[in-house]
This record gives sequence, structure tokens and C-alpha cells, in this order.
Amino acid sequence: MTDTLSVGVLETHLRATRASGRKLLVPYVTGGLGTDWLDIVRAVADAGADAIEIGIPFSDPVMDGPVIQAASERALRAGATPQSVLDSLRDHDSGVPLAVMTYYNIAFHMGLERFAHQLAGAGVVGAILPDAPLEEIGPWCAAADDAGVETILLAAPTAPDERLPRICDRSRGFVYAVGLLGVTGERSELAATATVIAARCRAVTDKPVLVGVGVSDASQAVEACTEADGVVVGSALMRIVLEGGGPEGAASFIGGIRAALDRA
Amino acid sequence: MSLAPPTTDGRFGEFGGRFVPETLVPACAELEAAFTVAWADTTFRAELDRLLADYAGRPSPVTPCHRLSDELGLQLLLKREDLNHTGSHKINNVLGQALLARQMGKQRLVAETGAGQHGVATATAAALFGMSCVVYMGEVDMARQELNVFRMRLLGAEVRPAMSGSRTLKDAINEAMRDWVATVDDTHYCLGSVMGPHPYPWMVREFHTVIGTEARTQCANILPGDGLPDVVTACVGGGSNAIGIFSGFAGTRSELVGVEPAGGAAAGRGVPGVVHGSKSYLLQDEWGQVQEASSISAGLDYPGIGPEHAHLAATGAARYEQVTDAEVIEAFGLLARTEGIIPALEPAHALAWVSRARHELAGRSVLLNLSGRGDKDVAQMMEIMG
Repeated sequence: MTDTLSVGVLETHLRATRASGRKLLVPYVTGGLGTDWLDIVRAVADAGADAIEIGIPFSDPVMDGPVIQAASERALRAGATPQSVLDSLRDHDSGVPLAVMTYYNIAFHMGLERFAHQLAGAGVVGAILPDAPLEEIGPWCAAADDAGVETILLAAPTAPDERLPRICDRSRGFVYAVGLLGVTGERSELAATATVIAARCRAVTDKPVLVGVGVSDASQAVEACTEADGVVVGSALMRIVLEGGGPEGAASFIGGIRAALDRA
Repeated sequence: MSLAPPTTDGRFGEFGGRFVPETLVPACAELEAAFTVAWADTTFRAELDRLLADYAGRPSPVTPCHRLSDELGLQLLLKREDLNHTGSHKINNVLGQALLARQMGKQRLVAETGAGQHGVATATAAALFGMSCVVYMGEVDMARQELNVFRMRLLGAEVRPAMSGSRTLKDAINEAMRDWVATVDDTHYCLGSVMGPHPYPWMVREFHTVIGTEARTQCANILPGDGLPDVVTACVGGGSNAIGIFSGFAGTRSELVGVEPAGGAAAGRGVPGVVHGSKSYLLQDEWGQVQEASSISAGLDYPGIGPEHAHLAATGAARYEQVTDAEVIEAFGLLARTEGIIPALEPAHALAWVSRARHELAGRSVLLNLSGRGDKDVAQMMEIMG
């Protein structure tokens, strides 16, 4: 691959945005959920997303709570496949970088190299595989690096001090700081662990550090960003979508977080 | 010779590993370290042996089956894990894990269960050690194993239904892992089979080697010549009872045969995949979505198989057969009528294979791990058999 790709489209974009003084906002949208999911992707992009995570639904999402489980199940029942999600993205331009979030078996079953090239072919620049930790991610990283896809690693509150720099070094695009002990889902308050893990990551890396898991609304996003460079918002957005909020509801919610982050 | 330990990255050949969310990696590493130390520690081993003897009732006997042997034209021996406290082999593993949890300072156990045997065993160990206990069980399984749900509650455990997906064992494991991701500071995940992330497949195997070790000695006292059975067989869901009895005969001339339900035949029909922490054979669709297994036995209703079994299958060190629900029902009644032993539906799978393969096995000695008793299945079988 060329040097241009190995620099990383996603990381370059997020670093530049951060340098402009803006906090980073990355919404998560389940691919293949409903007929208007691409409209939702476009709507959250227009509402101020800096990048978007696209979930490729998996039958056994162990890192996900009830909302994203329900979204995944519904998308799978509607016939969503890795191929159908990527095919849709290929013809889509929301104007912001896209990263997929799925589970290791989806990539492994297709073949790591083939999956990585499918992502690149669909214009996807990043990937998150939350059930493949540092010790298991090597073969995927090799395939993704080769295809020019940035592999975003999770940094959890349980990581010992010696482990955190290794995670941050290997992560591409940004570092996904897990905000709490638990799976994805809304919480009434931002966990105390969220700012702690963000600060710990920022102490060992200059890559963008985004807090995800348990960031549920604008005020929690603002609070997380007292230490983090940005946030990932998934379950709260997908609940609105599951409840029929459509592109307008999604845009309104993400727009609200955008405005709060810009004001802070 | 016994079964080899996994590599440092938890592999049995190409299978195994530690595919868990980052949050759980330190806990898996801590568990691996604690188990490695404990397993080499004579004090730990002595305490576990004492519990297995005084509390669980080990050793379990080997019973020669005279009437059924005559009927099938072979020599059938049963390793009687059904006679253990709580009614199955599962107690061997949970006593070991509960001791380890106590050493690691963890006061809460979470577990998954299919038929309820592992859940009952975990609830029992929690009661014995004064720990709190949450057991996840598929909603479908809670309905077909009502008695075990009541047993667990009686023992002080909280039983939580797994409502997603197929609402069986696979989904109960998902829920238990999600619980553990949130509670890892004070909670030990007491996984019930030779599956999951490293070190579980290895650790759970080691806790069940007592089955094979005892059986090896017992067979030597029963069988003439070299004292080895010609065939050693056991049912396989995740495969803990099978690996336990195989461990006593690996590397000998005894042929090792695992028996899967036709509707959950990961070794027979699966392809390599990654779910629940390790790489193994797995029933999945063309996109890698895990498929739902389908079996009369809640304990074997699982689309995967422990990674070491995948390795044994891939290398030919063991072979894996499949039986249908109808054959299992027949075998269930056969053992009851001929030997006065009502087996659990799970080991009835192994018996169903022995019965079907009687011509191949004619005149040979067969050691079958009777991994559990059938009390839990009587209500379900009453409906099926009428």
C-alpha cells in the first residue's frame, strides 16, 4: 500500500478536526436496520458527526447491551448481511469517514484479507472488532494495514498501566476508551471511569481519544470531553431509531450533542 | 500419556485463543496465573481432593452392565458420574473454580447453564462457600428444565432468563459474559464446559481429569490383559465430560469417540469460527452468523464444541459421531429397562451411538461416561414417551 494510505484517512481527519478546536463526535448506526438506515447515516453526518461507525450486525454481540442487540436482531431478521451493508455503503457518500464495528467471526469467516479489501472497496476507512483484543488482533491488523483500513482498538478501565501504551500504539484512527465496566447501553450518569480512562490514554498517546460505551446524552458527552477528544454515541441514538424517530429524530439528537460540545 | 497443555496463547493446534472484549483480558490473565499456581500447589490440590471425596462423593464407581452387554453383544462399562452429588460430573469443575474464586478474593459467581446441571452445581458450590450466585439460562431451557430452575433457587441462586436469540445455552453464555464484563472486579465467571477464552478450556479439562484418572485404574481392575477398554465414549456439547474421561486414555490404544446430537454437530458439520472466546468448529451460516442448534437435550443444544475437541477431531486423535433425537429417546429407555439406571438425556446420546454401532463394536469393551442422571429429564420424557 502507498504511504498516503498508511498515514490513515480517519486519523488524519480526526487530528485535523481536533486541531481546529472542535470536539469529535462519532455516532453509531446499525447497518441494514430499516429501509432508511442510509438516510440516518446522512442525517447524522449533516447534523455534525465527524465520523460514523457502521455496525455490521452479528448473531452473538457479547459487547452489546439490549438496544444494540435488538437493533442487530432486527437488521438480521430483515436480511442484512456483511455484503449487503457494504454494497449499500459503496454507493453512499455522507462526506465523513466511515468505520465499521462488527465481531471477529464476520471478518474471519469471509477471510481476513478479503474482508479488509471489501471494506476498502466500500470506502470504509476504519474497523472495530471488540472481541479481538491486542493478543488476537495481529492477523487482522496485518490484513487491514495492507488494505489501508485503520484498526481502532478498545482501551478498557481494567487495563493495567503497562498494557495501555501497547493498545494506544497499535490503535489506528483513534483510541476507543471504554467509558465503564460493562456493555454498550445508556446510563443515567456518566461513569466516573470515563474521564479517568480518557486521561490515562491521553497521557500515553497523542492519537485522538474518544470515550464510548455509556455516553448517553449531550451533558454526558460534554462531561466526557473534559478529558477526551470526543465521544462515540451508539445506544441512545439507536433507541431513537428503534422507536421510529427516523432521520429527523436522529439528526435532532446528534445535532443537540454537537451544539452542546461546540458551546462547552 | 495424557492430553497436552495448550500453548502459551491458549491454542490446541489452530483452535482456542482468547477472543474476549478488552475489559476481560486482565481477568483472564489473572485467572490463568491463579490456576497455574494452584494446580501446582499441593495444599490446593489436597483441599480439592478432600471436597471431591467428602462432599461430592468421589470416586464414582465403574459399573459393568451385564444385561445390556448381553443384549448388545459387547462389554459395556459405565463410569458413574451420575452418582456424584448434584447428579452429574459438573461438580468436579465448580468445586475447583469456587476454590480458585475464593483465593482470588471474588465473592460472586456467575454461570451459564443449558440443562441446568452446571447451574445447579454452581449454585451448590456458592452455597457451600457462602458466595452469591447468578445463573443465566435460556428462556426456552427454563421451561423444559423447570425442576432445575427450582433447585437453583432453593440453593440460594438467582436464575436470570436469557431472552435473546434462540433463548438457549448459546444465549445464556452471551448473557453471562455481558454480566462479567460489568462485574469483573468482584465476580468470577464459573464457565461450565471446556470452552470459552483461555484458560477455561484447559482449566476445566484439568478439573475433570479426575474422571479419566479414576476410570483408568478402575478399568485395569475389571478388564483382562492390558486393562484398557477398546473404546471410550462420551457425549459432547461443549465437551467437558468427554475430555475428562478421554484424558485418562489419550495416547493409549483405546479409541476415543465423542457423540454429538445431530442437530448440534459442530465437529460433524461445523467449520472453524470464533464465538464465546475461542476458535473452534462452529455451526454458522454463509456469512459467519452463528446458527441455532436443535437438540432434545438442553445440555447439548449448542452450536459449537470445545477447542480441544476441534483439535482432536482435526488430528484424528478422537472421532465424533452423531445421533438423532429418536435414537436418544430409545437409548434412554433401554438403559432404564436393562440396568435400572435412568440416564440424563446427554449421556443417552453416547449410549445411542453404542447401540447403533453394536455390530462394529461386537465383542469389544466399551467404557461410557454416564455423565449425569435422568431425574431432571423425567418430566420432559413423560410428555414425549407418553
